[in-house]
Amino acid sequence: MEQFAPVRRSKDGQPVRYLIVDDSVFARRNLARMIESFGGQVASEAGDGLAAITEYDRTDPDIVLMDITMPQMEGIEAAGKIVQQHPEARVVMVSSVGYQENIVAALQRGARHFVQKPVKPEVLYEVIKYVLGDEGSVSNAAGAGA
Amino acid sequence: MKMELIQPFINAADAVLAQGLQCCTSIANLSMEEEGYRRKGVAALVWLTGDIEGRIIFDLAPETAVRVASRMAGAELPESDELVRETICELANQVIGNAVTTLNDEGFHFRVHPPALHTSDEGSRSSEDTEALVMCFETASGNVFMNVALRYNRRRQADRAVAAGE
Repeated sequence: MEQFAPVRRSKDGQPVRYLIVDDSVFARRNLARMIESFGGQVASEAGDGLAAITEYDRTDPDIVLMDITMPQMEGIEAAGKIVQQHPEARVVMVSSVGYQENIVAALQRGARHFVQKPVKPEVLYEVIKYVLGDEGSVSNAAGAGA
Repeated sequence: MKMELIQPFINAADAVLAQGLQCCTSIANLSMEEEGYRRKGVAALVWLTGDIEGRIIFDLAPETAVRVASRMAGAELPESDELVRETICELANQVIGNAVTTLNDEGFHFRVHPPALHTSDEGSRSSEDTEALVMCFETASGNVFMNVALRYNRRRQADRAVAAGE
């Protein structure tokens, strides 16, 4: 996979920590590989919305990548609950179902952005930088590609 | 089944397979299902409810499923690996999600249910109002079959007609 210039946390220069929420093991692995190529770190994973809330409380990640269609609790509801409890949470919805109502519903519940599956690494990378804003910085580490 | 329903699925499958497998794809065959459905190998089933209802099955011969999953995972996977079945489910999820997004923008509203592994060898024959269309996509990793059986939800259709003053 293509390597990207690492995105770090501005406050301490540490890797950005991600919570990946998807009921598909394949999708979680795929996103984890992308995160690695961005110089990030997987803080935790969850397979449904309920587990995502628990894992957010436990790991306090910098970014949540959240699927929508999941068993138990869907991603939009989980995103809403996480943002309600943690207004600073940065939730990016990652779903194959990208129609207007879903995107609007997710944004209304506090999600910061939406990425449609299949995820292109270069698109997710730009979204991550945008969502982090001043809280993230791109380091010019040797060997970094894009 | 009208082409307006099918075309988004064809476009989505073409785009998702081409991106996931990093290859060109083409439709080798498109036919109405004459007999009841018979599973070919690793199959993922997704139900849709809403203005249009029905199911879509993604079906790959076992060796094709391994090649597709390995390609998408970026590592060789054994046939027994659970990740092979997982990947086919996610592939179905992505294709159907993208197709539904297009149909939603055209005014149809759905709920997409999470994909599930389809394990029974046979399925019921399509009925008059739920015809099944079988598409075969040729890819560098082998043939991918998509079996689409959808119908308009008559009650919703009637509601829409009333709302439109028809």
